[in-house]
Amino acid sequence: MNQVTLEIPYEIPVDAHNPVEPFLRMDRMPHIWCPGCGIGTTVNCFTRALLDSKANLDKVAVVSGIGCTGRVAGYANLDSFHTTHGRALPFATGLKLANPELQVVVYSGDGDLFAIGGNHFIHAARRNMDLKVICVNNLTYAMTGGQTAPTTPDHVISATSPYGVFEPSFNLVALAEAAGASYVARWTTYHVKQLSRSMEEVLSKKGFCFIEVLSPCPTLYQRRNKMGDGLDAMKFYKQVSKIRHGAPTSECALTKSGEIVVGKFVDRDRPDYLELLRGQMTESLGDRYAEPEVSCSC
Amino acid sequence: MAKGFVAITVERCKGCGFCVEFCPTHVLALSSAFNSKGYHAPHVVAGEKCSGCDLCGMYCPDFAIFGARYAR
Ligand SMILES: Cc1ncc(C[n+]2csc(CCOP(=O)(O)OP(=O)(O)O)c2C)c(N)n1
Ligand code: SF4
Ligand code: SF4
Ligand code: SF4
Ligand SMILES: [Mg+2]
Repeated sequence: MNQVTLEIPYEIPVDAHNPVEPFLRMDRMPHIWCPGCGIGTTVNCFTRALLDSKANLDKVAVVSGIGCTGRVAGYANLDSFHTTHGRALPFATGLKLANPELQVVVYSGDGDLFAIGGNHFIHAARRNMDLKVICVNNLTYAMTGGQTAPTTPDHVISATSPYGVFEPSFNLVALAEAAGASYVARWTTYHVKQLSRSMEEVLSKKGFCFIEVLSPCPTLYQRRNKMGDGLDAMKFYKQVSKIRHGAPTSECALTKSGEIVVGKFVDRDRPDYLELLRGQMTESLGDRYAEPEVSCSC
Repeated sequence: MAKGFVAITVERCKGCGFCVEFCPTHVLALSSAFNSKGYHAPHVVAGEKCSGCDLCGMYCPDFAIFGARYAR
């Protein structure tokens, strides 16, 4: 399965390997994602970001909720946690507070983070919890059959909106900014270089960082809307995306087939939760305040 | 001689065509042959043009292809 097929008019060095492989649990390949699904592409970007940032992989943890995107935790060859639906952020919060030296990355779907987990999202952002959140937004609850999510745009046909969605949807980047995130960016799976650079950037940024990645779901989103396959979605992203760094997030709402504004929208510094906690405790208790020693030896 | 090479794990490919579409120098095409799951994997049609940029590897959602530069 893993051997490289040599039907190539030149030599491949014997020690050549796919740079993503050390970051994956290769015994679990092939993965469950459909042909043309974009989640694997985001994983490539994430591994390139980890490589380029020279992060100490023993200090990186990946936390996912439930969904197709949630499977990332199961495939990542890092300390990774596949938690319950919607609870990736509270789990990650506990992990971070108990092990402040860990770099905690939350990798989950739009439904997981903004429907069942929406309340956790706004409060983690408000507190500026030092977490890096990567949201694969396929505009639907994919794993459960393509139901309407809080992100599904107007007029889209879904399993639960056979006549088209009519309820207003969330603009995730505006929501993240309003709730207090330190860093907010949006890319699509077409923008592999920019996405991995953003991911690398947040690995060295303190505070609550949010990256939204639009990603094809040919099986459960596009099929009902006659939007073709994964490659068609990639071509669509290429065609309609406009890079506008610093654009006001309120102008970046997504529609079914309109322009997709991508770029880095917010990059600001505010004290994170742990800093605020330490500051307040030291102010109130002085020398009586001691950092709890809760670091694990793993 | 090509600056780089591309390696394909045919059996892991699901035939999405991302690598073919986004290779900047059009090194790849989907083969008419099937792998054992019934997908058309890419094959190399212009190997001498490969720069080893690994964009195919960045795009491939199935971790089935990568490119690299030859060490000089
Ligand atoms: C408490 C609970 N409620 C509902 C579900 C069913 N469920 C599983 S995944 C999912 C939605 C996933 O959507 P999203 O987070 O966008 O991930 P995707 O599959 O689209 O990547 C739902 C509703 C569940 N597993 N647990
Ligand atoms: S259902 Fe959609 S999101 Fe889930 S693996 Fe298939 S294409 Fe990807
Ligand atoms: S490494 Fe670059 S040039 Fe070579 S096949 Fe892949 S995308 Fe094309
Ligand atoms: S991108 Fe990967 S899965 Fe898609 S056709 Fe190319 S090798 Fe196959
Ligand atoms: Mg989703």
